[in-house]
Amino acid sequence: MAQIVVIDYGMGNLRSVAKAVEHVAPDQSVIISSDASEIANADRVVFPGQGAARDCMRELEDRELTQVVLNSAKEKPFLGICMGMQILLNHSEENEGIECLGLYAGNVRFFGNDLKGEQNEKLKIPHMGWNNVDQTIDHPLWQNIKNHSRFYFVHSYYMDPEDKSLVAATCDYGINFVSAIAKDNVFAVQCHPEKSAQDGLQLLKNFTLWNGD
Amino acid sequence: MSLAKRIIPCLDVKNGRVVKGVQFVDIRDAGDPVEVARRYDREGADEITFLDITASSDDRETIVHVVEKVAEQVFIPLTVGGGIREVKDVRRMLNAGADKVAINTAAVFNPEFVKEASERVGSQCIVVAIDAKKVSTEGEKNRWEIFTHGGRKPTGIDAIEWAIKMADFGAGEILLTSMDRDGTKIGFDLELTAAISDAVNVPVIASGGVGNLDHLVDGVTKGKADAVLAASIFHFAEYSVEQAKRHMASKGIEVRL
Repeated sequence: MAQIVVIDYGMGNLRSVAKAVEHVAPDQSVIISSDASEIANADRVVFPGQGAARDCMRELEDRELTQVVLNSAKEKPFLGICMGMQILLNHSEENEGIECLGLYAGNVRFFGNDLKGEQNEKLKIPHMGWNNVDQTIDHPLWQNIKNHSRFYFVHSYYMDPEDKSLVAATCDYGINFVSAIAKDNVFAVQCHPEKSAQDGLQLLKNFTLWNGD
Repeated sequence: MSLAKRIIPCLDVKNGRVVKGVQFVDIRDAGDPVEVARRYDREGADEITFLDITASSDDRETIVHVVEKVAEQVFIPLTVGGGIREVKDVRRMLNAGADKVAINTAAVFNPEFVKEASERVGSQCIVVAIDAKKVSTEGEKNRWEIFTHGGRKPTGIDAIEWAIKMADFGAGEILLTSMDRDGTKIGFDLELTAAISDAVNVPVIASGGVGNLDHLVDGVTKGKADAVLAASIFHFAEYSVEQAKRHMASKGIEVRL
């Protein structure tokens, strides 16, 4: 039985993520783990995350999971969610500047406190709720998901990768920001598919069927 | 196309059952929380909020099991409030499958708790619930005070100042209930809602007083709310969540359909 590991580093709604993955992959084993060898042996890895960048990085280091996360991102189908997407870059502006995992070059930036919408209306921070995800590439993880479908977001920072060829989707909230990236066996999203009803479940299902090509 | 305004059905849960009171008394039974949550999810609810109004802390475990069961079947954001007093309560609810917790009375008695909780689990998980009542008299400038204990105890704290302070302390969202309107079905206190929404930079959920679908529209257009919360109009099947969304969309409000 193929094994999907949801990486536990004490940050985020792991149970929700695991339950949603179980729901779409009843024929695969889903475990929540902070054990490096279990993660290394997994067939697929989900890297969730919530909270502050500083805490995420510290918790990963305390649990000695940094290397196995980076290795997984090079070897097998890997799905980053929310902070699990942001900290793949090498730097975040959060907490006065945090060095992150550095899998890709780029910065994680703050939306700013004076964000304005199309009619010059004030936009609240965090960006919280259901927004349209504009797919910019064809990808197995977008299969059976209509372009511009709404997904649930909650974040105050957004990813700005240097290599724009990574971009798999964008989203508008005062600015046009990167809401998904894809490269080789890695796919990562800013939104929470585990909380995005049918389209979110479809994305997770696509991930559980994806071999990373 | 941009961020949708959210419709959030609210379930008041007492001893594991959904109930709804009128101005916090006269409790009516409205069903099994898991079944009700599943129905709302099918109808397209954007989130679901549970407020545990169980009186005794001995019975708090009940709500944890409710959240666990709902989170296994419903894949939209869940907020849980009621009896959240310490970081361990926050963690317990998040571990059970809640995405956010609503802190009310405990924030008033210990504002630092909001700071501590948001630093530990992130602002995105912390909703501060504010129960406000108008205290100004006719002809005076509008003023609202916050009340605790289900609207029974005045605190002397100005609602707008409190909302600003809570956002500074790390609240990721404000759940604003007008105690004057709660259960009355005459609509939100729109002046209160707009005043708070203008004062803070975090999203504001309007609550208290929804009796028809136009009230939801007004909450967004006149009250400037980012989300609207209602209980009884959905529980007793007067309207479905989908009807509510279609009505809002017909008035030019962006919703997830």
